[in-house]
Amino acid sequence: MPIITRRRALITGLAGSGLLLSACSKIFQADSLTESASFQRVLAAAQGWTRATQRLLLADGQLAREYKPSDISAHFKANGTLNPGGEDYDRHVAEGFVNWRLVIDGMVAHPLSLSVADLRRLPARSQITRHDCVEGWSAIGGWTGVPLALLLNAAGMRAGAKYVVFYCADNLEGEPSKGGEQSPGQYYESIGLVDAMHPQTLIAYDMNGKPLDVPHGAPLRLRVERQLGYKMAKYVRHIQVVSDFHGISGGHGGYWEDRGYDWYAGI
Amino acid sequence: MSTPAAEAVPATQKSSSRPRREVIRRHAWQVRLTHWVNALTIFIMIGSGLNIFNAHPRLYWGQAGANSDKAFIALEAVSTANGLRGRTVIGPLHFDSTGILGVSRENGEQTARGWPDWITLPSFTDLADARHWHFFFAWILVVNGALYLGWSLASRHVQRNLWPTRADLRAIPRSIVDHIKLKHPQGEAAKRYNVLQRLAYLGLLALVIGMVLTGLSMSPGFDAFAPWLVTVLGGRQSARTLHFLFACAIVLFIAVHLIEVVLAGAINEVRSMITGRYAVPGEHD
Repeated sequence: MPIITRRRALITGLAGSGLLLSACSKIFQADSLTESASFQRVLAAAQGWTRATQRLLLADGQLAREYKPSDISAHFKANGTLNPGGEDYDRHVAEGFVNWRLVIDGMVAHPLSLSVADLRRLPARSQITRHDCVEGWSAIGGWTGVPLALLLNAAGMRAGAKYVVFYCADNLEGEPSKGGEQSPGQYYESIGLVDAMHPQTLIAYDMNGKPLDVPHGAPLRLRVERQLGYKMAKYVRHIQVVSDFHGISGGHGGYWEDRGYDWYAGI
Repeated sequence: MSTPAAEAVPATQKSSSRPRREVIRRHAWQVRLTHWVNALTIFIMIGSGLNIFNAHPRLYWGQAGANSDKAFIALEAVSTANGLRGRTVIGPLHFDSTGILGVSRENGEQTARGWPDWITLPSFTDLADARHWHFFFAWILVVNGALYLGWSLASRHVQRNLWPTRADLRAIPRSIVDHIKLKHPQGEAAKRYNVLQRLAYLGLLALVIGMVLTGLSMSPGFDAFAPWLVTVLGGRQSARTLHFLFACAIVLFIAVHLIEVVLAGAINEVRSMITGRYAVPGEHD
């Protein structure tokens, strides 16, 4: 007769696995490893592998899947800044954004300054896509806007241009659900030219057939459909074409990137 | 050389009063190496995965799902007169899980967090760090898994040692009874994997492949490359849910695996996975 009963064996096994799991992170000093800069550099290598692989897989410029109007989420969760507030933004809200200007400058031949009405007169694209947040949730929404490629071509990018930076009107306080260090700062984002010239990359002004509302980024937001939600800057007022991120905020190409998140957010 | 090979090596036991135990080379070095890489990696994947889970501790079915949608598994924090309480929701059921799920102590304070700090990696909540751990070791797991699978198929390890024979399949009921009685095969029968072992290892292989596919399906970049895969899995949120459920199944596998190692003789079993040498349990022991 076995001395160890089945019930006891199972409990021991499960408890043992749990203990092993917790012992594992203690033995390997997981917390101090996490906080070590040199170990972080090792882990960061994976971002390069993932980006290179996805660039290869998406070399034909594949589109993100587009959905039917009936797939649109009843409630599209608004995340990050829900209202930038402040005297300046509040005035724009009161005026219906008629005086909002989108400036495009940096490494371009012809800097542009466009109103929302100017953008609405340009050729538009509409798409119903799924928005995936880095936190794990998803929502489906319909977007209409000007393809960013059209604006960049009109401005004429100069040789050496590599990234497009988006400056926003909101100051984000951080987000407790994400954990880590929380520090306020002006929201900004950036993408490379592969994504900037992609046909689904839009400066969107309509959501689900209506002008963007304040929680979702009024009057203009970015859509980069093959990356995570934090890339899709809201309240965009300034687009700058650059060759690197030197001297731009924390220097990592975005608000969340400056707080440890990967610049390439295709995963 | 494939495993478990019946190639005998000189026995090490000196006692002449007892019958000598036959020692065989059970596991090929390819199996041993990839096993230990997996053993380390899987714990890192589980710990960092649960930290990522904590950023949004709710699971849905379909393409989309967020706070206003119905979650069929959720680890919630509820403010009550008795302070912050953890609540676990599974379908129509829910129960108070304060201290472990939903709400647990972090730096001595009751904190809203899906999984407790002693099981997540890192212990503190940090989505960015957890993602770095998870995606780095996902690459290790994939490379290690590909090497294992490539070698196992080429050397016919899968076909010979894992794929059950007709006789194996007929022996399932008997094998189940043996396992329930905690009776382990001895002599010649112990030199090969029994049918439940074969099915468990094949099942684990399928689960790991499932983990990789459901993991990839959560990536918006990969989804543009293979949208059909997300559709097959029932949507991005379904893929996320399946990723979690498959992980639970792997944890169950590990628990049973560890129990069996202990029951079958921990020292002999662990040694066979380190040096490859395995003393065949005899009828006389």
